[in-house]
Amino acid sequence: MADLSVNLPGLNLRNPVLTASGTFGYGREYTDFIDLSQLGGIIVKGTTLHAREGNPYPRMAETPAGMLNAVGLQNKGVDYFIAHIYPEVSRYDTRVLVNVSGSTIEDYVACAEKIQALDKIPAIELNVSCPNVKHGGMAFGVTVEGISSVVSAVRRVYHKHLMVKLSPNVTDIAEIAKAAEAAGADSVSLINTLLGMSIDAEKRRPRLSTVTGGLSGACVKPVALRMVWQVAKAVGIPVIGLGGIQSATDAIEFLLAGASAVQIGTANFIDPAVSVKVVQGIEDYCERHHIEAVSSLTAALEI
Amino acid sequence: MRLVGKREWPNAVLLKLRSDVLPLPAAAPGQFVQVRVDQSPATYLRRPISIHFIDEKQQELWLLVRKAGAGTRAMASWPVQTMVNLVMPLGHPFTLSGLSSSDKVLLTGGGIGLAPLLYLGKVLSQKGLRPVFLLGGRTSDDLIQIPEFEQYGEVCLSSEDGSAGARGLLTRHPVLKERTFDRIYCCGPKPMMVAVAAYARERGIWCEVSLENTMACGLGACLCCVEETTEGHRCVCQDGPVFNINQLKWQI
Ligand SMILES: Cc1cc2nc3c(=O)[nH]c(=O)nc-3n(C[C@H](O)[C@H](O)[C@H](O)COP(=O)(O)OP(=O)(O)OC[C@H]3O[C@@H](n4cnc5c(N)ncnc54)[C@H](O)[C@@H]3O)c2cc1C
Ligand code: FES
Repeated sequence: MADLSVNLPGLNLRNPVLTASGTFGYGREYTDFIDLSQLGGIIVKGTTLHAREGNPYPRMAETPAGMLNAVGLQNKGVDYFIAHIYPEVSRYDTRVLVNVSGSTIEDYVACAEKIQALDKIPAIELNVSCPNVKHGGMAFGVTVEGISSVVSAVRRVYHKHLMVKLSPNVTDIAEIAKAAEAAGADSVSLINTLLGMSIDAEKRRPRLSTVTGGLSGACVKPVALRMVWQVAKAVGIPVIGLGGIQSATDAIEFLLAGASAVQIGTANFIDPAVSVKVVQGIEDYCERHHIEAVSSLTAALEI
Repeated sequence: MRLVGKREWPNAVLLKLRSDVLPLPAAAPGQFVQVRVDQSPATYLRRPISIHFIDEKQQELWLLVRKAGAGTRAMASWPVQTMVNLVMPLGHPFTLSGLSSSDKVLLTGGGIGLAPLLYLGKVLSQKGLRPVFLLGGRTSDDLIQIPEFEQYGEVCLSSEDGSAGARGLLTRHPVLKERTFDRIYCCGPKPMMVAVAAYARERGIWCEVSLENTMACGLGACLCCVEETTEGHRCVCQDGPVFNINQLKWQI
């Protein structure tokens, strides 16, 4: 049987399959369908320093082979997470990562510090797609300066594995990834959702309360794959690929493009057991191709 | 599950499903299922559909589906024997505690909102109640499964064009003036539910409604389906779809 393990700096995964933040709740929503211990890890919902109510309904619009969301980081805040969710997720026999969001650098830092104190959380994933309220609401992750400032500030206080989730809504994602690496990221994950929009022509109204929202699902896969390939060539740190992965074949494409691990997102909504099926499918692929270690697939694309 | 029977009307279809291997999971009135529709390229996400009825003897789950768009039309075109991928049971059911057999209960549904009320009616009748069903639609074509409802209570009908029952909106039906009720369970288009909620509030009647917010995961994981409640945004898929009207921030 192939060795499926993945060794990221300070973060060993049983296999390369993680579930993406915002699509997997806190894991417990899926325990009727899968055994979480069969996953490389789970990344729980976006967590902020203070509780957030999120955006008004409607927050979701289906699109061809995908969906737009405008959830707006609804969560009860990091203290609630620590008091009420952590005791449960810390018992899971899988790696549990927390996705951290904020509207100011101070918020990110304070939130990361609180999570650092939790033994069973070996890593955070920094969501830099949030608007920076002190800089006119432009997302941190869309400029080199923005991403450098937030990643280096968190890096100063956070000493475990720091994964930075990149926004695809930029001109040159490789440049942003390099800035994250220079600021101290241990890995980058990409892509976050693509900014999109949906209109109800009959009503002449936008379908989302926020007019625009984040596109995910099978439709974004080619864009995500291209960006993973570009970033993997540009940086020396591991790349975690996500965006429209629904099968083991999709996952392997991301590994070949340069990813060390993958995340399954929107596909969890269509098949709540898909993440474990992807693990099994990767194992089958390795057997069929006589691959001893899944890590040898990373960036093994032949051009 | 396997589609073992179906019946079609101009606007809707009844699907009867049974598992070849597993016993039917226990489910309560008001809960729903998430149906996967692989045959429709325009349908990416699962479709939430209420449990219309459970026939324990036949081990059948019944869904009553309005042909609303591509996904539900694909469901209506499934031939008998089609294998259907469902996630069930989901959501928080109608509240049945605190009922006494002398309570006068109104079950009111507008359009396809009548779907969850049949199974609710059956369970209430098993508790010795005989509810009043007030069912409304645009035309008589929307008023389907009526003989089934009649097994469990008294049925009052209304249609906007007068082709069946009282003419006009359901909330104008005389039964609402002539009778008094202790409890109301309601499902239908939002304006109808708001009007029923206002009727209940005016008279101080306990009232639950079943909401139909659009969903993605159906499991409480994505937070796409939220409704504003007195406790902030709550998931319709998990904390609902059934809510007491006092929990909702509706302007009633
Ligand atoms: C908890 C719950 C229970 C439901 N129970 C039933 C049921 O028992 N029987 C039934 O026929 N339908 C039910 N619905 C509504 C059903 O899910 C939608 O009609 C269906 O998703 C439409 O899919 P479609 O692909 O056919 O249409 P789409 O092409 O997606 O949409 C077609 C039209 O339907 C409207 N629509 C889409 N989604 C919904 C929705 N969630 N609610 C209302 N209108 C919608 C759209 O605005 C559009 O005008 C329920 C919804 C929820 C949330
Ligand atoms: S549909 Fe995902 S939380 Fe309700």
